[in-house]
Amino acid sequence: MNAILPIKAFQEKARYGFEERLRRDGVRLPPLSIDTLQVNLTKLCNQVCRHCHVDAGPHRKEMLSPEGITKCREILERHPQITRLDLTGGAPELHPGFDAFVEAAVALGKHVMVRHNLTVQLDGNPQTKESKEYLPAFFARNRIEVISSLPYYQEYFTDAQRGSGVFRKSMQAMQRLNALGYGVAGSGLVLNLVYNPVGPYLPAAQAGLEADYKRELKDKFGLVFNGLYTITNMPINRFKLHLEKAGQLEPYMEKLLAAFNPAAAAGVMCRSLISVGHDGRIYDCDFNQMLEMDAVDAKRKKLTIFDFDFGRTLRRPIQFGDHCFGCTAGAGSSCGGATA
Amino acid sequence: MSNYYESEDLKKFGDIGQHAKKLADGFFKYYGDVTGTDGALTKREKALIALAVSHAQKCPYCIDAYTTQCLETGSNPEQMMEAVHIAAAMQAGITLVHSVQMQNHLKKLVL
Repeated sequence: MNAILPIKAFQEKARYGFEERLRRDGVRLPPLSIDTLQVNLTKLCNQVCRHCHVDAGPHRKEMLSPEGITKCREILERHPQITRLDLTGGAPELHPGFDAFVEAAVALGKHVMVRHNLTVQLDGNPQTKESKEYLPAFFARNRIEVISSLPYYQEYFTDAQRGSGVFRKSMQAMQRLNALGYGVAGSGLVLNLVYNPVGPYLPAAQAGLEADYKRELKDKFGLVFNGLYTITNMPINRFKLHLEKAGQLEPYMEKLLAAFNPAAAAGVMCRSLISVGHDGRIYDCDFNQMLEMDAVDAKRKKLTIFDFDFGRTLRRPIQFGDHCFGCTAGAGSSCGGATA
Repeated sequence: MSNYYESEDLKKFGDIGQHAKKLADGFFKYYGDVTGTDGALTKREKALIALAVSHAQKCPYCIDAYTTQCLETGSNPEQMMEAVHIAAAMQAGITLVHSVQMQNHLKKLVL
Protein backbone atom coordinates (compact mmCIF):
# COMPACT_ATOMS: atom_id res chain seq x y z
CA MET A 1 0.00 0.00 0.00
CA ASN A 2 1.42 3.35 -0.95
CA ALA A 3 1.56 6.34 1.32
CA ILE A 4 -0.08 4.92 4.42
CA LEU A 5 2.36 6.77 6.63
CA PRO A 6 1.33 10.23 7.74
CA ILE A 7 2.80 12.87 5.51
CA LYS A 8 4.03 15.94 7.29
CA ALA A 9 2.02 18.88 6.16
CA PHE A 10 4.05 21.68 4.72
CA GLN A 11 3.36 25.02 3.20
CA GLU A 12 5.06 25.65 -0.06
CA LYS A 13 5.91 29.01 -1.38
CA ALA A 14 3.09 30.02 -3.70
CA ARG A 15 4.15 29.10 -7.22
CA TYR A 16 0.92 29.57 -9.08
CA GLY A 17 -0.26 32.87 -7.64
CA PHE A 18 -3.83 32.28 -6.49
CA GLU A 19 -4.14 35.67 -4.79
CA GLU A 20 -2.59 37.38 -7.80
CA ARG A 21 -5.21 35.68 -9.96
CA LEU A 22 -7.99 36.96 -7.69
CA ARG A 23 -6.60 40.49 -7.96
CA ARG A 24 -6.27 40.26 -11.73
CA ASP A 25 -9.90 39.15 -12.03
CA GLY A 26 -11.10 41.72 -9.51
CA VAL A 27 -12.39 39.01 -7.17
CA ARG A 28 -12.54 39.82 -3.46
CA LEU A 29 -13.34 37.01 -1.04
CA PRO A 30 -13.92 38.28 2.49
CA PRO A 31 -15.88 36.04 4.88
CA LEU A 32 -19.64 36.47 4.52
CA SER A 33 -20.78 34.63 7.64
CA ILE A 34 -19.96 31.77 9.95
CA ASP A 35 -22.98 29.56 9.61
CA THR A 36 -21.12 26.25 9.82
CA LEU A 37 -18.74 24.94 12.43
CA GLN A 38 -16.82 22.14 10.76
CA VAL A 39 -14.93 20.02 13.26
CA ASN A 40 -12.30 17.48 12.32
CA LEU A 41 -12.70 15.15 15.28
CA THR A 42 -9.95 12.66 14.48
CA LYS A 43 -7.52 11.53 11.81
CA LEU A 44 -8.27 7.92 12.74
CA CYS A 45 -10.05 6.09 9.92
CA ASN A 46 -10.82 2.49 9.00
CA GLN A 47 -9.87 3.25 5.38
CA VAL A 48 -6.74 4.46 3.59
CA CYS A 49 -7.89 6.32 0.48
CA ARG A 50 -5.48 7.42 -2.23
CA HIS A 51 -6.99 10.87 -2.54
CA CYS A 52 -7.32 11.59 1.20
CA HIS A 53 -6.15 15.13 1.97
CA VAL A 54 -6.17 14.33 5.69
CA ASP A 55 -3.76 11.40 5.28
CA ALA A 56 -6.17 9.57 7.58
CA GLY A 57 -5.81 5.88 8.36
CA PRO A 58 -6.14 3.10 10.95
CA HIS A 59 -2.94 4.06 12.79
CA ARG A 60 -3.62 7.76 13.31
CA LYS A 61 -4.18 8.81 16.91
CA GLU A 62 -5.03 12.53 16.69
CA MET A 63 -8.30 13.30 18.50
CA LEU A 64 -10.02 16.47 19.66
CA SER A 65 -9.68 16.54 23.46
CA PRO A 66 -12.71 16.45 25.81
CA GLU A 67 -11.93 20.12 26.60
CA GLY A 68 -12.02 20.85 22.89
CA ILE A 69 -15.41 19.17 22.52
CA THR A 70 -16.75 21.14 25.47
CA LYS A 71 -15.47 24.37 23.92
CA CYS A 72 -17.12 23.58 20.59
CA ARG A 73 -20.40 22.89 22.38
CA GLU A 74 -20.12 26.25 24.14
CA ILE A 75 -19.46 28.03 20.86
CA LEU A 76 -22.54 26.41 19.32
CA GLU A 77 -24.64 27.30 22.35
CA ARG A 78 -23.55 30.94 22.50
CA HIS A 79 -23.84 31.67 18.80
CA PRO A 80 -27.24 31.17 17.19
CA GLN A 81 -25.67 32.48 13.95
CA ILE A 82 -23.84 29.14 13.73
CA THR A 83 -26.70 26.91 12.68
CA ARG A 84 -24.80 23.90 11.34
CA LEU A 85 -22.30 21.45 12.77
CA ASP A 86 -20.31 19.50 10.17
CA LEU A 87 -18.39 16.58 11.65
CA THR A 88 -15.51 15.17 9.68
CA GLY A 89 -12.28 13.25 10.09
CA GLY A 90 -10.87 10.60 9.47
CA ALA A 91 -13.99 8.77 10.39
CA PRO A 92 -15.53 11.16 12.96
CA GLU A 93 -17.63 8.34 14.44
CA LEU A 94 -14.41 6.79 15.78
CA HIS A 95 -13.95 9.64 18.25
CA PRO A 96 -15.07 8.37 21.68
CA GLY A 97 -17.02 11.58 22.31
CA PHE A 98 -18.82 11.51 18.95
CA ASP A 99 -22.23 10.30 20.13
CA ALA A 100 -22.47 12.70 23.05
CA PHE A 101 -21.31 15.64 20.94
CA VAL A 102 -23.93 14.90 18.27
CA GLU A 103 -26.69 14.58 20.86
CA ALA A 104 -25.66 17.85 22.52
CA ALA A 105 -25.63 19.72 19.20
CA VAL A 106 -29.03 18.30 18.26
CA ALA A 107 -30.39 19.35 21.66
CA LEU A 108 -29.18 22.88 20.87
CA GLY A 109 -31.28 22.79 17.71
CA LYS A 110 -28.30 22.69 15.34
CA HIS A 111 -28.39 20.97 11.97
CA VAL A 112 -25.79 18.21 12.29
CA MET A 113 -24.01 16.72 9.29
CA VAL A 114 -21.70 13.72 9.49
CA ARG A 115 -19.10 12.88 6.85
CA HIS A 116 -19.74 9.16 7.05
CA ASN A 117 -17.54 6.87 4.93
CA LEU A 118 -20.18 4.07 4.95
CA THR A 119 -17.73 1.21 5.61
CA VAL A 120 -17.04 2.21 9.21
CA GLN A 121 -20.51 0.83 10.03
CA LEU A 122 -19.24 -2.62 9.13
CA ASP A 123 -15.51 -2.35 9.87
CA GLY A 124 -15.82 -0.81 13.32
CA ASN A 125 -12.92 0.84 15.11
CA PRO A 126 -9.61 -0.48 13.72
CA GLN A 127 -7.80 0.20 16.98
CA THR A 128 -10.28 -0.84 19.67
CA LYS A 129 -12.32 -3.25 17.50
CA GLU A 130 -15.48 -1.60 18.85
CA SER A 131 -18.48 -2.32 16.62
CA LYS A 132 -20.11 0.61 14.83
CA GLU A 133 -23.10 -1.27 13.47
CA TYR A 134 -25.43 0.90 15.57
CA LEU A 135 -24.59 4.03 13.57
CA PRO A 136 -27.53 4.05 11.09
CA ALA A 137 -30.03 3.79 13.96
CA PHE A 138 -28.13 6.47 15.91
CA PHE A 139 -28.12 8.79 12.90
CA ALA A 140 -31.83 8.23 12.29
CA ARG A 141 -32.76 8.76 15.95
CA ASN A 142 -30.96 12.13 15.92
CA ARG A 143 -32.08 12.95 12.37
CA ILE A 144 -28.51 13.60 11.30
CA GLU A 145 -27.76 14.50 7.69
CA VAL A 146 -25.43 11.79 6.39
CA ILE A 147 -22.91 12.75 3.70
CA SER A 148 -21.02 9.78 2.32
CA SER A 149 -18.14 9.50 -0.10
CA LEU A 150 -18.77 7.11 -2.94
CA PRO A 151 -16.21 7.91 -5.62
CA TYR A 152 -18.22 6.15 -8.32
CA TYR A 153 -21.33 4.10 -8.97
CA GLN A 154 -19.14 1.25 -10.18
CA GLU A 155 -16.68 -0.97 -8.36
CA TYR A 156 -13.66 -0.32 -10.56
CA PHE A 157 -13.05 3.35 -9.69
CA THR A 158 -14.32 3.09 -6.13
CA ASP A 159 -12.01 0.26 -5.13
CA ALA A 160 -9.08 1.80 -7.01
CA GLN A 161 -9.39 4.86 -4.82
CA ARG A 162 -10.64 3.53 -1.50
CA GLY A 163 -9.31 -0.01 -1.39
CA SER A 164 -10.33 -3.47 -2.47
CA GLY A 165 -13.82 -4.50 -1.37
CA VAL A 166 -14.90 -0.97 -0.37
CA PHE A 167 -17.53 -0.69 -3.11
CA ARG A 168 -19.42 -3.84 -2.11
CA LYS A 169 -19.22 -2.89 1.54
CA SER A 170 -20.48 0.60 0.72
CA MET A 171 -23.51 -0.89 -1.07
CA GLN A 172 -24.23 -2.98 2.01
CA ALA A 173 -23.95 0.06 4.28
CA MET A 174 -26.24 2.11 2.03
CA GLN A 175 -28.81 -0.70 2.16
CA ARG A 176 -28.77 -0.43 5.96
CA LEU A 177 -29.28 3.35 5.76
CA ASN A 178 -32.06 3.02 3.17
CA ALA A 179 -33.80 0.45 5.36
CA LEU A 180 -34.19 3.11 8.05
CA GLY A 181 -35.50 5.65 5.57
CA TYR A 182 -32.27 7.46 4.66
CA GLY A 183 -32.51 8.79 1.12
CA VAL A 184 -36.12 7.68 0.85
CA ALA A 185 -38.52 10.40 -0.37
CA GLY A 186 -40.74 11.74 2.36
CA SER A 187 -38.72 10.32 5.25
CA GLY A 188 -36.94 13.57 6.04
CA LEU A 189 -33.76 11.56 6.54
CA VAL A 190 -31.14 12.93 4.18
CA LEU A 191 -28.40 10.85 2.60
CA ASN A 192 -26.15 12.75 0.23
CA LEU A 193 -23.27 11.17 -1.67
CA VAL A 194 -19.94 12.66 -2.63
CA TYR A 195 -18.16 12.01 -5.93
CA ASN A 196 -14.56 12.88 -6.55
CA PRO A 197 -12.45 11.94 -9.57
CA VAL A 198 -10.06 9.03 -9.14
CA GLY A 199 -7.24 10.93 -10.80
CA PRO A 200 -5.99 14.25 -12.14
CA TYR A 201 -9.10 15.41 -13.92
CA LEU A 202 -12.09 17.58 -13.09
CA PRO A 203 -15.49 16.25 -12.02
CA ALA A 204 -18.23 15.92 -14.61
CA ALA A 205 -21.24 18.22 -14.26
CA GLN A 206 -22.93 17.56 -10.92
CA ALA A 207 -26.53 17.28 -12.18
CA GLY A 208 -25.73 14.80 -14.95
CA LEU A 209 -23.57 12.67 -12.71
CA GLU A 210 -26.24 12.66 -10.00
CA ALA A 211 -28.75 11.33 -12.54
CA ASP A 212 -26.27 8.58 -13.51
CA TYR A 213 -25.66 7.62 -9.89
CA LYS A 214 -29.40 7.51 -9.15
CA ARG A 215 -30.18 5.37 -12.18
CA GLU A 216 -27.29 2.94 -11.75
CA LEU A 217 -27.55 2.49 -7.97
CA LYS A 218 -31.32 2.01 -8.21
CA ASP A 219 -31.18 -0.39 -11.17
CA LYS A 220 -28.24 -2.49 -9.99
CA PHE A 221 -28.57 -2.40 -6.20
CA GLY A 222 -32.05 -1.02 -5.42
CA LEU A 223 -30.45 1.91 -3.56
CA VAL A 224 -31.65 5.49 -3.20
CA PHE A 225 -30.12 8.74 -1.99
CA ASN A 226 -30.96 12.45 -2.06
CA GLY A 227 -28.22 14.43 -3.80
CA LEU A 228 -24.72 14.10 -5.18
CA TYR A 229 -21.92 16.53 -4.40
CA THR A 230 -19.04 16.66 -6.88
CA ILE A 231 -15.73 17.56 -5.28
CA THR A 232 -12.41 18.29 -6.97
CA ASN A 233 -9.31 16.59 -5.60
CA MET A 234 -7.02 19.03 -3.85
CA PRO A 235 -3.36 18.93 -4.89
CA ILE A 236 -2.13 18.47 -1.33
CA ASN A 237 -0.78 15.73 0.91
CA ARG A 238 -1.47 12.13 -0.16
CA PHE A 239 -3.07 12.99 -3.50
CA LYS A 240 -0.23 15.38 -4.25
CA LEU A 241 2.28 12.63 -3.51
CA HIS A 242 0.55 10.36 -6.01
CA LEU A 243 0.51 13.16 -8.58
CA GLU A 244 4.23 13.74 -8.10
CA LYS A 245 5.01 10.02 -8.39
CA ALA A 246 3.06 9.85 -11.64
CA GLY A 247 4.63 13.04 -13.00
CA GLN A 248 1.14 14.57 -13.03
CA LEU A 249 1.41 17.40 -10.53
CA GLU A 250 2.37 20.08 -13.03
CA PRO A 251 -0.24 19.07 -15.66
CA TYR A 252 -2.91 18.90 -12.93
CA MET A 253 -2.04 22.37 -11.65
CA GLU A 254 -2.10 23.68 -15.22
CA LYS A 255 -5.54 22.15 -15.64
CA LEU A 256 -6.83 23.79 -12.45
CA LEU A 257 -5.35 27.17 -13.42
CA ALA A 258 -6.80 27.00 -16.92
CA ALA A 259 -10.23 26.21 -15.48
CA PHE A 260 -10.22 29.09 -12.95
CA ASN A 261 -13.78 30.38 -12.70
CA PRO A 262 -14.47 33.66 -10.85
CA ALA A 263 -18.12 32.65 -10.37
CA ALA A 264 -17.01 29.46 -8.64
CA ALA A 265 -14.58 31.47 -6.51
CA ALA A 266 -17.40 33.64 -5.19
CA GLY A 267 -19.05 30.58 -3.67
CA VAL A 268 -16.05 29.05 -1.89
CA MET A 269 -16.95 27.47 1.44
CA CYS A 270 -14.34 29.34 3.48
CA ARG A 271 -16.57 32.41 3.23
CA SER A 272 -19.25 30.82 5.38
CA LEU A 273 -17.57 28.24 7.63
CA ILE A 274 -14.66 27.73 9.94
CA SER A 275 -12.77 24.50 10.36
CA VAL A 276 -11.58 23.25 13.74
CA GLY A 277 -8.61 20.93 14.09
CA HIS A 278 -8.04 18.18 16.63
CA ASP A 279 -5.96 20.58 18.70
CA GLY A 280 -8.57 23.34 18.76
CA ARG A 281 -6.85 25.55 16.20
CA ILE A 282 -9.16 27.26 13.72
CA TYR A 283 -8.65 27.22 9.96
CA ASP A 284 -10.46 28.70 6.99
CA CYS A 285 -11.21 25.22 5.64
CA ASP A 286 -10.31 21.57 6.09
CA PHE A 287 -7.63 21.81 3.39
CA ASN A 288 -5.88 24.74 5.07
CA GLN A 289 -6.09 22.71 8.26
CA MET A 290 -4.18 19.83 6.71
CA LEU A 291 -1.56 22.26 5.42
CA GLU A 292 -1.39 23.84 8.90
CA MET A 293 -2.29 27.25 7.50
CA ASP A 294 -3.89 28.72 10.59
CA ALA A 295 -6.73 31.19 10.36
CA VAL A 296 -5.61 34.56 11.70
CA ASP A 297 -7.39 37.70 12.78
CA ALA A 298 -6.84 41.14 11.29
CA LYS A 299 -3.73 41.52 13.48
CA ARG A 300 -2.33 38.18 12.25
CA LYS A 301 -2.98 36.49 15.60
CA LYS A 302 -3.80 32.80 15.22
CA LEU A 303 -7.38 31.85 16.03
CA THR A 304 -8.38 28.97 18.30
CA ILE A 305 -11.63 27.72 19.81
CA PHE A 306 -10.20 28.39 23.28
CA ASP A 307 -10.36 32.18 22.82
CA PHE A 308 -13.13 32.24 20.23
CA ASP A 309 -14.62 35.58 19.35
CA PHE A 310 -17.28 35.60 16.65
CA GLY A 311 -16.68 39.14 15.38
CA ARG A 312 -12.89 38.81 15.33
CA THR A 313 -13.22 35.53 13.41
CA LEU A 314 -15.74 36.95 10.95
CA ARG A 315 -13.45 39.89 10.16
CA ARG A 316 -10.42 37.68 9.48
CA PRO A 317 -8.60 37.76 6.15
CA ILE A 318 -9.01 34.29 4.61
CA GLN A 319 -5.67 32.55 4.00
CA PHE A 320 -5.23 31.41 0.41
CA GLY A 321 -2.69 29.18 -1.30
CA ASP A 322 -2.13 27.44 -4.61
CA HIS A 323 -4.37 24.55 -3.57
CA CYS A 324 -7.32 27.00 -3.64
CA PHE A 325 -7.28 26.65 -7.41
CA GLY A 326 -8.90 23.27 -6.69
CA CYS A 327 -12.01 24.96 -5.26
CA THR A 328 -12.29 27.51 -8.06
CA ALA A 329 -11.84 25.29 -11.13
CA GLY A 330 -14.72 24.66 -13.50
CA ALA A 331 -18.01 24.45 -11.67
CA GLY A 332 -16.19 24.92 -8.35
CA SER A 333 -15.84 22.60 -5.41
CA SER A 334 -16.79 22.65 -1.76
CA CYS A 335 -17.93 20.33 1.00
CA GLY A 336 -21.40 20.93 -0.45
CA GLY A 337 -20.37 20.16 -4.02
CA ALA A 338 -20.23 22.51 -7.01
CA THR A 339 -20.35 26.24 -6.26
CA ALA A 340 -21.21 27.72 -9.67
CA MET B 1 13.79 13.99 -30.45
CA SER B 2 13.76 10.23 -29.90
CA ASN B 3 10.14 9.61 -30.89
CA TYR B 4 7.74 10.97 -33.48
CA TYR B 5 5.00 11.29 -30.83
CA GLU B 6 5.76 13.06 -27.54
CA SER B 7 2.91 13.54 -25.06
CA GLU B 8 4.33 16.97 -24.19
CA ASP B 9 3.70 18.04 -27.78
CA LEU B 10 -0.06 18.04 -27.23
CA LYS B 11 0.40 21.34 -25.41
CA LYS B 12 1.89 22.77 -28.61
CA PHE B 13 -1.30 22.21 -30.58
CA GLY B 14 -1.92 25.96 -30.46
CA ASP B 15 1.37 26.51 -32.26
CA ILE B 16 -0.19 25.45 -35.56
CA GLY B 17 -1.06 29.13 -35.85
CA GLN B 18 2.56 29.87 -36.61
CA HIS B 19 2.77 30.95 -40.26
CA ALA B 20 -1.01 30.59 -40.71
CA LYS B 21 -2.69 32.36 -37.81
CA LYS B 22 -5.94 33.26 -39.56
CA LEU B 23 -6.53 29.69 -40.66
CA ALA B 24 -5.65 28.31 -37.21
CA ASP B 25 -7.94 30.79 -35.47
CA GLY B 26 -10.74 29.73 -37.77
CA PHE B 27 -10.04 26.08 -37.12
CA PHE B 28 -9.92 26.47 -33.32
CA LYS B 29 -13.16 28.44 -33.29
CA TYR B 30 -14.84 25.73 -35.35
CA TYR B 31 -13.28 22.98 -33.23
CA GLY B 32 -14.47 24.62 -30.01
CA ASP B 33 -17.96 25.20 -31.36
CA VAL B 34 -18.26 21.58 -32.48
CA THR B 35 -16.71 19.74 -29.53
CA GLY B 36 -16.87 22.11 -26.57
CA THR B 37 -20.56 22.86 -26.27
CA ASP B 38 -23.80 21.00 -25.75
CA GLY B 39 -25.83 21.07 -28.96
CA ALA B 40 -28.12 18.51 -30.54
CA LEU B 41 -25.56 16.12 -29.04
CA THR B 42 -24.34 16.52 -25.49
CA LYS B 43 -20.67 17.17 -24.74
CA ARG B 44 -20.60 13.67 -23.27
CA GLU B 45 -21.84 12.11 -26.53
CA LYS B 46 -19.45 14.22 -28.56
CA ALA B 47 -16.50 13.14 -26.40
CA LEU B 48 -17.38 9.46 -26.93
CA ILE B 49 -17.57 9.96 -30.70
CA ALA B 50 -14.23 11.80 -30.61
CA LEU B 51 -12.71 8.98 -28.58
CA ALA B 52 -13.84 6.45 -31.20
CA VAL B 53 -12.48 8.60 -34.04
CA SER B 54 -9.20 9.03 -32.14
CA HIS B 55 -8.75 5.27 -32.17
CA ALA B 56 -9.83 4.84 -35.77
CA GLN B 57 -7.36 7.55 -36.79
CA LYS B 58 -4.74 6.17 -34.36
CA CYS B 59 -3.93 9.56 -32.84
CA PRO B 60 -2.21 9.16 -29.44
CA TYR B 61 -2.69 12.86 -28.62
CA CYS B 62 -6.42 12.59 -29.21
CA ILE B 63 -6.69 9.31 -27.28
CA ASP B 64 -5.12 10.94 -24.21
CA ALA B 65 -7.19 14.10 -24.54
CA TYR B 66 -10.52 12.37 -25.11
CA THR B 67 -10.00 9.70 -22.45
CA THR B 68 -9.79 12.60 -19.99
CA GLN B 69 -12.63 14.49 -21.69
CA CYS B 70 -14.88 11.41 -21.52
CA LEU B 71 -14.30 11.14 -17.77
CA GLU B 72 -14.80 14.88 -17.28
CA THR B 73 -18.11 14.72 -19.10
CA GLY B 74 -19.33 11.76 -17.08
CA SER B 75 -18.75 8.67 -19.21
CA ASN B 76 -17.69 5.49 -17.49
CA PRO B 77 -14.98 3.04 -18.66
CA GLU B 78 -17.54 0.57 -20.04
CA GLN B 79 -19.08 3.26 -22.25
CA MET B 80 -15.63 4.38 -23.39
CA MET B 81 -14.59 0.84 -24.29
CA GLU B 82 -17.83 0.32 -26.22
CA ALA B 83 -17.09 3.48 -28.20
CA VAL B 84 -13.70 2.02 -29.16
CA HIS B 85 -15.43 -1.21 -30.20
CA ILE B 86 -17.68 0.80 -32.50
CA ALA B 87 -14.56 2.19 -34.17
CA ALA B 88 -13.10 -1.32 -34.40
CA ALA B 89 -16.32 -2.85 -35.75
CA MET B 90 -16.68 -0.07 -38.32
CA GLN B 91 -13.11 -0.58 -39.46
CA ALA B 92 -13.64 -4.35 -39.74
CA GLY B 93 -16.88 -3.78 -41.62
CA ILE B 94 -15.26 -1.27 -43.95
CA THR B 95 -12.49 -3.77 -44.71
CA LEU B 96 -14.94 -6.62 -45.26
CA VAL B 97 -17.40 -4.67 -47.38
CA HIS B 98 -14.54 -4.02 -49.81
CA SER B 99 -14.52 -7.75 -50.50
CA VAL B 100 -17.59 -7.08 -52.64
CA GLN B 101 -15.26 -5.13 -54.92
CA MET B 102 -12.86 -8.09 -54.86
CA GLN B 103 -15.69 -10.49 -55.73
CA ASN B 104 -16.95 -8.24 -58.52
CA HIS B 105 -13.50 -8.17 -60.05
CA LEU B 106 -13.04 -11.87 -59.47
CA LYS B 107 -16.17 -12.53 -61.50
CA LYS B 108 -14.78 -10.40 -64.34
CA LEU B 109 -11.63 -12.49 -64.35
CA VAL B 110 -13.50 -15.77 -64.58
CA LEU B 111 -14.22 -16.02 -68.29
